Amino acid sequence: MKQPKVTAASYLGKKRLVQSGVLALIAGIYAIGCYILQFDTIQGTLSIPKAFAWLAINFMPTQSSMSYLPQIMEKLFDTVLMSIASVVVAAVIAIFFAILGSKVTGINKFMQVLVRGIASFFRNIPLVAWAMILLFSFKQSNFTGFLALLLMTIGFLIRAFMEIIEDEAGEAMMALKATGASYFQVIFQAVIPQIIPSLISWILYMIENNVRDATLVGILTGTGIGFIFDIYYKSFRFDAAGMTVLSIIVVVIGLETLSNQIRKVIL
Amino acid sequence: MISNEGTKPIVSKPSFQKDPQQKIKLHKTTASTWMIQAVTISLILITFYTLTHLNTENVKMADAFKGLMMTFNQMFLQPNAGADGFWVLLEALGVSVLLGILTTIIGAVLGFFFAVIASRNLTNAYWGAGIRALMAVVRAIPTILWALIFSIAVGLGPTAAILGLSFHSVAYLTKAYSESIEEIDPAIIDALKVTGCKFWTIVFQAVWPTIIPSLVSWTFIRLEINFANAVAVGAAAGAGGIGYQLFVTSGLSFDFHEVGYIVYMVIIVTLILEFIAVKLRQHYLGK
Amino acid sequence: MLEVKNLAKSYQKDKPALTDISFKIDPGNFVAIIGPSGAGKTTILRSLNQLIKDDAGEILLDGEDIRSANKKELRKLRRQIGMIFQNYNLVERLTVLENVLHGRLGYKSTLAGVIGRYTEEEKREALDLLDKVGLSEFALQRCSELSGGQKQRVGIARALIQHPKVILCDEPIASLDPASAQNVMKLLKELTEEFNIICIANLHQIDLAKEHADQIIGIRHGQMIFNDTADKLSKDAIAELYGTSAAKELA
Repeated sequence: MKQPKVTAASYLGKKRLVQSGVLALIAGIYAIGCYILQFDTIQGTLSIPKAFAWLAINFMPTQSSMSYLPQIMEKLFDTVLMSIASVVVAAVIAIFFAILGSKVTGINKFMQVLVRGIASFFRNIPLVAWAMILLFSFKQSNFTGFLALLLMTIGFLIRAFMEIIEDEAGEAMMALKATGASYFQVIFQAVIPQIIPSLISWILYMIENNVRDATLVGILTGTGIGFIFDIYYKSFRFDAAGMTVLSIIVVVIGLETLSNQIRKVIL
Repeated sequence: MISNEGTKPIVSKPSFQKDPQQKIKLHKTTASTWMIQAVTISLILITFYTLTHLNTENVKMADAFKGLMMTFNQMFLQPNAGADGFWVLLEALGVSVLLGILTTIIGAVLGFFFAVIASRNLTNAYWGAGIRALMAVVRAIPTILWALIFSIAVGLGPTAAILGLSFHSVAYLTKAYSESIEEIDPAIIDALKVTGCKFWTIVFQAVWPTIIPSLVSWTFIRLEINFANAVAVGAAAGAGGIGYQLFVTSGLSFDFHEVGYIVYMVIIVTLILEFIAVKLRQHYLGK
Repeated sequence: MLEVKNLAKSYQKDKPALTDISFKIDPGNFVAIIGPSGAGKTTILRSLNQLIKDDAGEILLDGEDIRSANKKELRKLRRQIGMIFQNYNLVERLTVLENVLHGRLGYKSTLAGVIGRYTEEEKREALDLLDKVGLSEFALQRCSELSGGQKQRVGIARALIQHPKVILCDEPIASLDPASAQNVMKLLKELTEEFNIICIANLHQIDLAKEHADQIIGIRHGQMIFNDTADKLSKDAIAELYGTSAAKELA
């Protein structure tokens, strides 16, 4: 050991100093952020109970809100179907690109960089931008919502699938390559069987996620559950809006529970 | 067990007499394979049904795609700062970034405390179950709805945006952190428990240092999400920031050159956030 | 016969991983490659079936040069060379039988391999081989349910069904407990003689190498400094390979 030994006391002192420094930095950023955005933490916090009290009175669905239920359910059903379709189509496209671009199954360095670039590009364009651009060309239709979710999901799933392939399939792949198996045999006999549970797990997660994101897309493009919430909300029919939120909660938690049960069986 | 079977005939002489009629099965159907098949088939059927029944409002697809290509061309190949100019857009971008950072800090601080209370290996089951159920409900409501709900309850503006974004942020990080806490080796906690440490001493001396890497990693993932949400909330709830600019230029003034400019600005920020996240993860994994 | 002449490889310029490796192995011989970590054992082994592309030299399997083979020829040569890995490298979600049959992929048309269609003859042979390695009752179990030693024996069956001339074993027992390690080594030794094949294993354990191997190759810093029968591996030779302190402990 050429370096002088760090004593326990000075090490702990330094560690504490670094930690305090980081905490002070975070607190500073927070304070400056609050000042610039004119957010008063105390007032803001105090307004939460008031907001909930207001919600409890105005958003609480009443007997008469039940009449909105069929309409809400229809739109919600549409939204769930659209989320599933967008994720499934995205998954098919993404697995293809992920195989081309992952470090272990990729054809060459150029493809790996290209696929990573494409994935990053699709993922990082704001969903709002996708929705608005598509709305301009495809008008107010479910197809617009579907495309916006699809493009966004492709970016996410390519990255996720590439990571799965790199983490889980490398070793089995090498073994099959060593037996003299061809590229496609290796893909279908080693890579796909090995990663399928993780693929499905991600697909289920994206479906839940897209049901939530579909709300945003719907508000912007006038489709699905987001559209109907926006209508109730803007026409001050808060009890119906509350009913919509309640229905979303039930469906999302239902999907989450179902996904978890499926995951338990397949993993 | 192996050596005493050495005399049996092997590779070169496969025994063809073995039940020649019956085909040899390669696998038996397990619950897992059955479930995978069932899920795959149902998803494909649902997708097929949805796509064939999709309402396209009679938009002519060929024309629409042509129009889309033109829009892309304007956006990505001819971006410019448009009527607002660079500085206005930069300021708006700054607001969105700050919204993302503030709500992440709020999410991290509250999320950590809730996570400690909700973790099965630290506290009693009732508290944990209660908090987990509450957080599941909070997470189930889309961020944009939280923001809209608060904008009527406390009035339109940054306060509504921050509160709305924070709800989701706290709920998400509570779940992520508590999963990290529950993965801690119980021996680490027991070692401090037997010395008679108080609850919060254990948390800050054993739990906190052990999970710092995953804590940092999850927090930065959430920062990326919060920034994206800040953009979305700005657009759909009129809460300001770059999202609002994006909404106005793409939905009201249809200046797609500027839309492209804004999109590039947003992509640069997300790439920087991603870069920081990757570097931090490497830093902590390297230790 | 496997003949390696003047094999060389460097991953970075001016930092040779292997220099001038030459050896000959006759069928029926079990050869252990020993040496400290990072000496180049894995590089040698993976060059032999070209999972790693080396820089110079010749690798002749019964007179055919593996290094100059094109893609198609290489696939044909690879099916004559089985490989066994430290982490078994099985497709854990598939059954034992399916994993063994993967050894036949090199002999099949791409389509038949892709959809996993095997002849009854192949299946029977796979079952016979599983019998041989003591796993016939596990044929329809998923590999993820097996123990380490069992998984490695699936790997051995997968290599054997290739009808190989050579089996390469990359640290075959490094992840196993001592009893399973002994079992796997014994099995490899027996199969080598029985099928009259060449078996080459990278090993960390000198005692196991001396116990089971016919021939030992010692590598240090990418150079071959020992190549002789196992009984010739003296204390001095071990000291030269690993340094003196290690030799005291191991010999």
